[in-house]
Amino acid sequence: MSATVVLFPGANRDRDMLAALRSVTGAMPRTVWHQDTKLPKSDFIVLPGGFSHGDYLRAGAIAARAPIMKAVAAAAKKGVPVLGICNGFQLLTEARLLPGALLRNAGLTFVCREVRLSIENTDNPFLHTYNQGEIIRCPVAHHDGNYFADEKTLKTLEGDGRVALRYTEGTNPNGSINDIAGILNERGNVLGMMPHFENLVEDAQGGTDGRRLFEAALDAVAAA
Amino acid sequence: MPSFKVTVTVRLKQGVLDPQGKAIEGALTSLDFSGVKGVRQGKVFDMVLEAKDAKEAEKAALKMADKLLANTVVEDFQVEFA
Repeated sequence: MSATVVLFPGANRDRDMLAALRSVTGAMPRTVWHQDTKLPKSDFIVLPGGFSHGDYLRAGAIAARAPIMKAVAAAAKKGVPVLGICNGFQLLTEARLLPGALLRNAGLTFVCREVRLSIENTDNPFLHTYNQGEIIRCPVAHHDGNYFADEKTLKTLEGDGRVALRYTEGTNPNGSINDIAGILNERGNVLGMMPHFENLVEDAQGGTDGRRLFEAALDAVAAA
Repeated sequence: MPSFKVTVTVRLKQGVLDPQGKAIEGALTSLDFSGVKGVRQGKVFDMVLEAKDAKEAEKAALKMADKLLANTVVEDFQVEFA
């Protein structure tokens, strides 16, 4: 697998992401700087978490307009799997690669805790290693994870099964609409999600339930 | 080229929840300001733009607002001359 992690100033989960990918794939992923215009040969692209550009203006807003994002959008259009976690999810919505927006948490506070997630869609390159309806525990850490989409968009997302992950009842940490924790694009090759699966790949992290996401991507890439 | 003072105001669209506005409303009420019936928080960008004329400056500001200053999925914007 040729995985590439995009680096933005202010991102701080990029190293966690690199470590997770390395742990699962056995190879160190490549990195590309936000001001670059070309991606290295990549069959899996990851936008990591953090606070790109200090979350100035809106979370992910400035990073979404970085030069490299044209190349990321072009790769996504070709069907390359693109994963955005936390700030990466915010960035994907700002870049219009995913619909909707991530607003300030309903409780206004930064949340750093464990949530319970239900795996809602397993027919995609990221989650086919999970069982539909499976419930896992996973950490979240964000200030702007309150997913919002207008009624029409929401209806499409729900109708087409594009809600990939949902907070289980009572654990929604941010007020996101329909308890949405992660969504897919229409083609199913772009996934944006708030939970930090990259921080759940080794026993020392308290669990390995996030590991299967990276294994899924590895499998999907090998099968492609 | 002449320069123009342009103000772009960005507001959340109607129907989009604004937890910050709600918190501010609560704070105002707790400061004994009575009759506060709804607060919505937005953003204001004061800019100085060089342009051929006012029309060009307005056109540029509208483009900037649409491309970056506002997230039109959840926000509306308005351009005014100071």
